[in-house]
Amino acid sequence: MQHIAIIGNGISGVTAARHIRKNSDFKITIISAESDYFFSRTALMYVYMGHMKFEHTQPYESWFWDKNKINLLNGFVEEIDADSNTLKFSSGQSLQYDKLIIATGSKPNKFGWPGQDLKGVMGMYHKQDLEQLEQCAPNNKVCKRAVIVGGGLIGIELAEMLRSRNIEVTFLVREKSFWGSVLPPEESELINKHIKEHHIDLRLGCNLEQINADASGQVKSVKILETGEEIECQVVGLTAGVSPNIEFLKTSKIEYQRGVLVNRFLETNIKDIYAIGDCAEQREAIGERRTIEAVWYTGRMMGETVAQTICGNRIKYNPGHWFNSAKFLDIEYQTYGWVWAKPKPHESRFYWEAENENICIHISYDTSSRTLIGINTFGLRMRHDFFDKVLNKGETIDYVISHLSDANFDPEFYKSYHKDILKQFNINAPKAVSLKPKSWKRIFTKQL
Amino acid sequence: MKTVQRIGLALFFLGLGLFISLIFLGDFKMNSEQLNSFVNQKGITSEVFISKMNETVVDKTFKGPFAISNLTLTAFNEANTNHRANKEWGKVIWDKPHSFSYQVLKGAGSGFIVTHKWLLWWLTFGIGIIGALLFILPQILILGPAGIKNNGIYHNSATNRGWIGWLTFIFLVGFYILLYFYPDFIVNWTYLVDPISQALSGNMASQWFLYGFMYCVVMLVMGVRMYIKYRHNKYQTLRTTSVLFFQIVFAFLIPELMVRFEKPWYDFKNAFPLDYDFFFSWNLDSLIASGGIGLFILVWGVVLSLVIVPIMVYFFGKRWYCSWVCGCGGLAETLGDPYRQLSDKSLKAWQIERWLVHGVLAFAIIMTGFTLYTYFSGSQMVMGIKTQTIQDIYGFLIGSIFAGVIGTGFYPIFGNRVWCRFGCPLAAYMGIIQRFKSRFRITTNGGQCISCGNCSTYCEQGIDVRAYAQKGENIVRASCVGCGVCSAVCPRGVLKLENGPEQGRINPTEILLGNDINLMDYLK
Repeated sequence: MQHIAIIGNGISGVTAARHIRKNSDFKITIISAESDYFFSRTALMYVYMGHMKFEHTQPYESWFWDKNKINLLNGFVEEIDADSNTLKFSSGQSLQYDKLIIATGSKPNKFGWPGQDLKGVMGMYHKQDLEQLEQCAPNNKVCKRAVIVGGGLIGIELAEMLRSRNIEVTFLVREKSFWGSVLPPEESELINKHIKEHHIDLRLGCNLEQINADASGQVKSVKILETGEEIECQVVGLTAGVSPNIEFLKTSKIEYQRGVLVNRFLETNIKDIYAIGDCAEQREAIGERRTIEAVWYTGRMMGETVAQTICGNRIKYNPGHWFNSAKFLDIEYQTYGWVWAKPKPHESRFYWEAENENICIHISYDTSSRTLIGINTFGLRMRHDFFDKVLNKGETIDYVISHLSDANFDPEFYKSYHKDILKQFNINAPKAVSLKPKSWKRIFTKQL
Repeated sequence: MKTVQRIGLALFFLGLGLFISLIFLGDFKMNSEQLNSFVNQKGITSEVFISKMNETVVDKTFKGPFAISNLTLTAFNEANTNHRANKEWGKVIWDKPHSFSYQVLKGAGSGFIVTHKWLLWWLTFGIGIIGALLFILPQILILGPAGIKNNGIYHNSATNRGWIGWLTFIFLVGFYILLYFYPDFIVNWTYLVDPISQALSGNMASQWFLYGFMYCVVMLVMGVRMYIKYRHNKYQTLRTTSVLFFQIVFAFLIPELMVRFEKPWYDFKNAFPLDYDFFFSWNLDSLIASGGIGLFILVWGVVLSLVIVPIMVYFFGKRWYCSWVCGCGGLAETLGDPYRQLSDKSLKAWQIERWLVHGVLAFAIIMTGFTLYTYFSGSQMVMGIKTQTIQDIYGFLIGSIFAGVIGTGFYPIFGNRVWCRFGCPLAAYMGIIQRFKSRFRITTNGGQCISCGNCSTYCEQGIDVRAYAQKGENIVRASCVGCGVCSAVCPRGVLKLENGPEQGRINPTEILLGNDINLMDYLK
């Protein structure tokens, strides 16, 4: 019987294991040094905020692994010996495998800032980061102020976490506007305002120069590059993005650049070794996607795919249309297709925002054919299935606007903004469109 | 704002403290005239009881209810023992001892409490309500911008089975034990609501009127909390309004006013088998004796359970009842909302749930079968078992212990839907329809789930919502009461409660939406 070893018990590795189990009776071992059981990394914030206990972030009860004959091994892999198919652990033990899946995820970026390894400086990625934060910022007496460096998704989540315990937060964002490299200016500005509504001291266009320590080696303050201002703080959160967590395999024969290099079959340069999730780097970008995608959903999809290959149905990793979602404090965000921060030459845009309500949509479409390219929604929920079909079929923006009732996924009785959106849309539309009533038939039809 | 909240909390505990201490206070005195009229009214023929009461109780003043209750029960027991031994069945007093003692005490109350009912109402209920509102209202500002605010729930000993939770548990369980089994000890509380009861039905308040009134007050005050907490969520605010309306109007005002017009006390929304004694002979007799309205209630009760309930569940799921109409649900969704996260999500709990809730349903149906057989045949026994015994067991175990003491008392320990999930026979009945023949489902939004677990954590029915959502499957479960909180707490817009065509409602998937289209095809 083949032995499949998986390094990493995050969403990628666990999805791969589950699907290998569905399709085979191979022996499966999942290795992790971070936690005994799979947990949802995206939910760590809720543990600190008191919405959940850590056990609630674990999607499967502990009997699940035994029942499905998936071995869990707590250990840190120090070395991969690809010649002898052996993993060597920091404990001195070793493990033989027939096939290996590397799914080690990411680690927070550190850009060589002076003081970046002081006590009280941390990322917010691993379970251990959560434990450290609980220690350094248990309340607003121990931690009066925290400074967060890096304006992306983890940064704003960390800010929300700290604010939930009434800790003052200064948020340093390198760009001129929050997540400005991803979000178009309108949405980005909406979030800027919302961040301030939550009494977060948002500093746009600010870089960290250095972190200063007190006599005991504990963080005391940070210095801002642009202004030279020194801000007193007890915790510094480094949330300037993540990069593949692959230090341990740099002595092996596995090829890597920023991540482990893989082909479209998620195979590395070494036979029977695969890499999936955040730590994998595509040799060539797939469509408009980045070569490294550190997103929950792509990790899961790679897991689903590699399981097929390992079980004898060798297929390419071929993700469908891009989608993503997030929550910025109280504002939910969903995106389907591509809405770039700056429109590309052939693109046109339609933007609508509700008055004083933190709700907006932004649609990108092809100028000449009017085909939908992508949509961002803030404060409105949309049906994934609807946009997947629209993008598959190459429907136009006019179709989307007239079928908003099919697309909408807000809870029942929520206020509808469709008429408002339509009114604004028709001002500049070449041909006025009208709203179609919701049709269950259309919603449930698979138009692939 | 924090100061206002502290003052509110202090006032609340002042009111509550006085309310509790009332149990031990008050003067009770019964003269021979009162005893005579009581004996006549109850039709008591036991000379043992009368002489014993004359000897030990009459014309004496008692501080607090315990001594007089004790002496009354002594007289009661002595009389019954005596008459039973002599087989003088006509002289036996058939009442339940503490209910009997309650009736004696209710008439014997005298002194400050009885002469200052409104004043004491204000000092207990009044101050308690004002205090609670002062604590709750500032949350509009404290919680910050509208949105899901579950901060600190698992850091708070009140909502995380800490010492406050356990104290609340003891208080609630104690309250229900007194209410169901020792009403004579809380007779002072009933005086406070006498004026309100008299204004509505014209009668003095019983412990059940007191309970109904407290139920409405608690739901209203905690409903205000719901309105603030979920002010961004129209499903929640409408639903809260609906349960408040049905509790106050249908379960409280209408039945009391019907009594005023000498009609039977009836809650028009309380459907059998939750309303387990609907077919009991005393109820059927009373309805038939009430003429047109009684007959209407009889027909309505049957139509409600056999026609309206299943049709509504088909179109809207059982939520139309459990989360929009029901009184038990109404209390769970207002008073119980802070405890919803404490429900057990394990597979084990689900297995226990299915056995228990369907077991109670079977019990209710069998008991009703016995009841109807006895009613129409006149035979007291069915298959060698006394119908009365079965009814008593059900009333005690299910009606009182499960629905009351455990159902509400255990809020702070097992979450707010213990009764609805594990015990309610109506929920079980509707659940079967919801699972197999309904348009209701919670739709999972393609591949957007990130397995965070908010939905499962805050599911009061202990459904592991995430287990479905992370597979891209819709949630179709018998136990779902459609409270809509999983959808509300989801940070990624993954869940939507909706009614739609039955086809495709249950959609097991292997590969989630968003991956390779061919891969999805390959696996079908």
